[in-house]
Amino acid sequence: MSKPRVAIFDFACCEGCQLQIVDLEEELLDLVGAVDVVEWREAISDQSREYDIAIIEGSITRPEDEKRVEIIRSRAKILIALGACATIGGVNKLKNNFELDEVKKYVYGKDATMAHLDTAMTKAVNEVVEVDYMIHGCPIDRKEFTYIIRCLLMGKKPEIPEWPVCVECKARGNPCLWEYGQVCLGPIIRAGCGARCPSSGFRCFGCRGYIDDPNVNAAKDVIEKFGLSVEELKEKMILFGTGYKPTDE
Amino acid sequence: MSSNLNINVKHVTRIEGHGNIAVNATNGKIEKIEWQVPEAPRFFEAMVRGLSYEDIQTVVSRICGICSITHSLAATKAVEKALGLEVSEQSDTIRILMHYSEQLQSHILHIGYLAVPDFFGATSVVPLVPVATDAVKTIIKIHRTANEWSDLIAGRTTHPVTIVPGGFTKIATEKQFRELQGRLKNTLKDLAAVADVVLSVAEKIPDFTRDTEYVSLKQNTPPTYTFYHGGITSTDDTSTIVPIDNWQSVVNEYMTAQSTAKWAKWHRDSYAVGALARFNNNYELLTDSAKGVAKKFSLEKGCCNPYMNTIAQLVECVHVVDTSIEMIDELLSKGLKQEKVTSKPKAGKAAGCVEAPRGILFHEYEFDAAGKCVGADMCIPTNQNHANIQKDFEKLVPEIIDEGEDNVRQKLEMLVRAYDPCISCSTHMLNVQFVR
Repeated sequence: MSKPRVAIFDFACCEGCQLQIVDLEEELLDLVGAVDVVEWREAISDQSREYDIAIIEGSITRPEDEKRVEIIRSRAKILIALGACATIGGVNKLKNNFELDEVKKYVYGKDATMAHLDTAMTKAVNEVVEVDYMIHGCPIDRKEFTYIIRCLLMGKKPEIPEWPVCVECKARGNPCLWEYGQVCLGPIIRAGCGARCPSSGFRCFGCRGYIDDPNVNAAKDVIEKFGLSVEELKEKMILFGTGYKPTDE
Repeated sequence: MSSNLNINVKHVTRIEGHGNIAVNATNGKIEKIEWQVPEAPRFFEAMVRGLSYEDIQTVVSRICGICSITHSLAATKAVEKALGLEVSEQSDTIRILMHYSEQLQSHILHIGYLAVPDFFGATSVVPLVPVATDAVKTIIKIHRTANEWSDLIAGRTTHPVTIVPGGFTKIATEKQFRELQGRLKNTLKDLAAVADVVLSVAEKIPDFTRDTEYVSLKQNTPPTYTFYHGGITSTDDTSTIVPIDNWQSVVNEYMTAQSTAKWAKWHRDSYAVGALARFNNNYELLTDSAKGVAKKFSLEKGCCNPYMNTIAQLVECVHVVDTSIEMIDELLSKGLKQEKVTSKPKAGKAAGCVEAPRGILFHEYEFDAAGKCVGADMCIPTNQNHANIQKDFEKLVPEIIDEGEDNVRQKLEMLVRAYDPCISCSTHMLNVQFVR
């Protein structure tokens, strides 16, 4: 059997998720041995038009990028969204809270009307084309990345956690950050990160997106218990959750 | 002369972000030389408005995956100054240690994975694994050490989660700092081995010089080869140190007649930032072993060969590791304290500046009395280098035009890589004309 051909593409993002792949170090060399990396602009000079698995990093923010992503979709058997910008739009969606013309004018002043500065509403990849698998996080978790790729190479369906960050946070024995006055999104955000941020004493800000059925009412009870307002919770929810239902409720 | 060139490199590989090279020449007559940046703009300055001062660093670290710590630190310094927050000496030291971890991570990534494959005639680091196994393994080892160093202090390798306005949420233990120090001592040996490998192919570094203005941080009290404190200086005016709040008077974004590009200039039409700029402004303050590496490569203060930026990064790798080993001793000799950090919203406006691995970085924010961001501005190092890359192209192409299209293309790509551009960082886009 020939090795699956893998291509990695980047759109609007910080390329930090690709960096996590580079950071696999020796493990990456093993992985590269099991597949045929035919395109990866950040790390190699080769380019290709034929691939089995396409990995897409970044949000889609321009009409020309929508077209590019559609072409990639048509060529790939499996399409993976890599990291928060691709899976949920990431911080790039904060832009959608403003009028686009105003955003352009604020950053570029009198040059704002130039054609190549054109920008559209930020979209996650699955708002443009069908996505087969999502690797969550900002940045992605390296272990989860290799787990999912390994599953795909073996023809298995990867299991992505369908429980909140609080579960992993409790398992690590962390004190609850709500008790320390932090507005932590752990109760409604998808686990799988090992509760890295709360374990460092920093509130969860939701980079892995909401679990499929977040218990918004329980979250409201929690904020009530700690004497905070829904507005204060929403303010934290928009960092990575702009344009999602639970943010608006 | 009868040289014809038609070079159109769309999306230069092995750089962070998207950049194009377009060069046309007919019968030796150059018609076009352009360095273009088609990266999708992300509008960070506009997006952060309305956010709480506490959330600024969480969002703006996402400007760049490679220098996320740098962006977090520049933003946090600006926030702290705007709100009048004091930072303890301990927090300051640990932040500099965190910053150094990123300098090592970014530099070794650039040297080992992005730039040096060119010296071996390889398309990436992967084909080098069988031919230079030990060298690749050593580079991987240093890179991993740098990443785990960031992990320990920043809570994550990329996008730190321990920095908050006023200090830290959590610091490493004495035992962890000691273990890190032990690893850093080994890293010095590994860096020496990498230096020898790079030296063995150093004849591949193109011999090209263009008199250039170099801009970086400079710190006189105490005299330090600085990445974090101090003011702004230039090789064109070494006696002046510009305070950070006056950064706009340094970057002077402007439009050119030749293209519609927004460039930066200070004393001349362009300037360069990055490792070579810091080296040229602060050479005397490097550690002895860092100076030793520079000497091996005949890299001297005043060097105006942009390709040598990669070597200046190697010198800085040794410097930050050397310095960190000493700083850990100092830090631990005073005893680690768990400090409680509190902050309150306050109206204010201020700029923060640090040296990113690829050059000086400015962030500026304004907050209202409720601590909500009402204005933001950033100027990232790669944008300060774009004009200089263009000027280098304009001098280099006529000098090498008879070497053939492949060689010209290769040297131009290598030149772009030498600047270690980080185009995703480009919160402002360049305005360039595109050749399709």
